[in-house]
Amino acid sequence: MNNDFLVFDHVTKRFGALTAVNDVCLTVTKGEFFSLLGPSGCGKTTLLRMLGGFERPDSGRIYLEGKDITDLPPNQRRVHTVFQNYALFPTMTIWDNIAFSLKLAKKPKEEIEERVDEILKMIQLADQAWKYPNQLSGGQKQRVAIARALVDRPQVLLLDEPLAALDLKLRQHMLLELDTIHDQVGITFLYVTHDQGEAMSLSDRIAVINRGKVEQLDSPAKIYEAPSSRFVASFIGDTNFFSGEIVSVDGDYCFIQCAGFPQIKAYNDRALKVGQQIDLSVRPEKIRVTLAPPPPEKGASINVFPSKVKDIVYQGVYTKFWLDSSNLRIAALKPHSRFLLDQEAITWNDDVFVWWHPDDGYMVPSEE
Amino acid sequence: MNNPLRTKRAEWLVTLPSFLWLALFFAVPAVIVLAFTFHGHDASGGVGAWGMETWRELVDPDYPAIVWNTLRISFEVTLWSIVLALPCAYAIARMNSKWRGIVAGAIMLPFWTSFVVRVFAWKAMLHPDGWLQACYLVLLRTRAWLFDWLPGFVQQFLIWIGMASAGPVDPASSTILDSEAAVVLVSVYTFLPFAIMPIYTAAEKFDFALLEAARDLGAKNFYAFRKIFIPGVRQGLVSAVLMVFIPAIGSYVIPQMLGGTDCVLIGNKIFMRAIQNRNIPHASALATLMAASVLVPIACAMWWKRRQDARDRRRLEQQTAKLIVAGVGR
Ligand SMILES: Nc1ncnc2c1ncn2[C@@H]1O[C@H](COP(=O)(O)OP(=O)(O)OP(=O)(O)O)[C@@H](O)[C@H]1O
Ligand SMILES: [Mg+2]
Repeated sequence: MNNDFLVFDHVTKRFGALTAVNDVCLTVTKGEFFSLLGPSGCGKTTLLRMLGGFERPDSGRIYLEGKDITDLPPNQRRVHTVFQNYALFPTMTIWDNIAFSLKLAKKPKEEIEERVDEILKMIQLADQAWKYPNQLSGGQKQRVAIARALVDRPQVLLLDEPLAALDLKLRQHMLLELDTIHDQVGITFLYVTHDQGEAMSLSDRIAVINRGKVEQLDSPAKIYEAPSSRFVASFIGDTNFFSGEIVSVDGDYCFIQCAGFPQIKAYNDRALKVGQQIDLSVRPEKIRVTLAPPPPEKGASINVFPSKVKDIVYQGVYTKFWLDSSNLRIAALKPHSRFLLDQEAITWNDDVFVWWHPDDGYMVPSEE
Repeated sequence: MNNPLRTKRAEWLVTLPSFLWLALFFAVPAVIVLAFTFHGHDASGGVGAWGMETWRELVDPDYPAIVWNTLRISFEVTLWSIVLALPCAYAIARMNSKWRGIVAGAIMLPFWTSFVVRVFAWKAMLHPDGWLQACYLVLLRTRAWLFDWLPGFVQQFLIWIGMASAGPVDPASSTILDSEAAVVLVSVYTFLPFAIMPIYTAAEKFDFALLEAARDLGAKNFYAFRKIFIPGVRQGLVSAVLMVFIPAIGSYVIPQMLGGTDCVLIGNKIFMRAIQNRNIPHASALATLMAASVLVPIACAMWWKRRQDARDRRRLEQQTAKLIVAGVGR
């Protein structure tokens, strides 16, 4: 029963000729941290606004705890939004901003005071309560916006790219705080972002959206390790694609022929047949780059290809190599550590070997 | 450029022309008018010798009622203008830019015609055979009917402040032309653009996402309008009130042409004293009185507001201190 707490049932929204949300079906579990992830303009905000009551779907229904809320006005839904630009009321103090929904609900004065003070304590802004929003920093405003939306305990909290306006350090800090707040209040969070890092680190489940359609709905690890489409694989993190045809199948494994490239061995978990067109996705961090060939005892079962180093980009946590292998561009990541120092350093135009385990490639349907 | 002294001097140079203009054509005449009030007048219409006789003459039993009527009518005009201008400005600010231009242009359109011509047009529209007269009678009858329901002392009070009169409505003597209603109606018509424009300017800067946020938190449309939009355009509202109230107090043409003998305002009295009675000092004294009747309330309001702000600030400081002492702060 808890499983269909919030349901989007074949929801479609058009703006003129543009279909912003296309036949979306989603089910969110109670208490879950659920993310909508997708590129700019894919319809995430539109989806949220339909749940908030600011847009009416052209077709389909939205259910919250079994009740059809599709046609309810915003003020009759116990669903609150944290807006991207915070939308704090500039003519009210922080305290009054937070108390706004409680006053509307005609709660007794003592209860309002108690709950506002409690949530102010939670967001650690009790000493700022009597300031006005324009006297606060970005991160503080952000916390106030969250507190204002949470204080009367909505059924769902909607967050529309809440961290987009913050700088990197603050964003990382707020990510942790959001996580803590979610654990404390136990309210269902529906989080919209185009930043896969944010979505991955916070969410219980993620719906990846592309052009108004849900491409994949899964846990962060599943979405990263087992993307359902070429779009998902490329949108979530970096990857290398090898487009080709399955030329032979050998037990759990198959061999893929890409134009002008040696055959690649890959784990065939979907039992695809010979002759099928697929894209093989191999994440850069799964690829190793060495000057010497891999030890022979591994050589038999893994993919090894000779390549040339084209570019090296130092990125702090790791170094990124761009390699040329039979006219294919391959990206690979190598971490830094003292243990790797005894290996000979790799520089531009070195002839190297790239290798990866067949289980580290993941096949997605070809998009043509 | 960065030298503060030079910037200061540049500022002075820039403001000097308007400052001179104001001094020459506003401050100096105001002082002269004030000075005239301490003179007598002579029979030929000139200004007589120094003396307090003008101020003594001003103790005329007619004047308190006229000043009161002027203030009351100006207040009514301001109220109606603001009530109409607020939704107008809100609607214009929400339109797309094409419609915005068209509607803003339409609001300014009357200014292309002479004000006096427009007042004459109103005179025709308010003719006793016209439909406005019919509406007026319906309004009066409704008011009389409502009036009968009120308790006696409220009726007495309304009659006393001039907002109502007892007895049934007599269609023959109740013409909208030459009545207070005509003055209020046409004044609102005249001043409405001056109320809409400042509110609209403020509304244009208003972030309408705030209304969505309010509705999201459970507010009905009207509540959000009242609690978020109106405080959000407060600056514009203040200018609008001043832009309507001040000219309404000095209003002269409209009551002269549409108010008849029923509705004589202080502006008309000044005209009468200056032109018909050729008593310039007396007219000056009335003008001074009128200016004071505007300036004194505004000064009081400003003083009160400043006191209120200081008190708010103190209260906030105390409350914050209390919270911190209670160990709520971090
Ligand atoms: N009121 C509207 N009228 C017309 N088109 C709209 C309207 N609102 C959104 N759209 C269009 O619908 C599409 C989806 O918009 P939406 O705001 O949902 O995207 P988004 O996924 O939130 O993007 P972003 O990450 O940039 O915020 C866009 O192409 C946008 O141009
Ligand atoms: Mg958006």
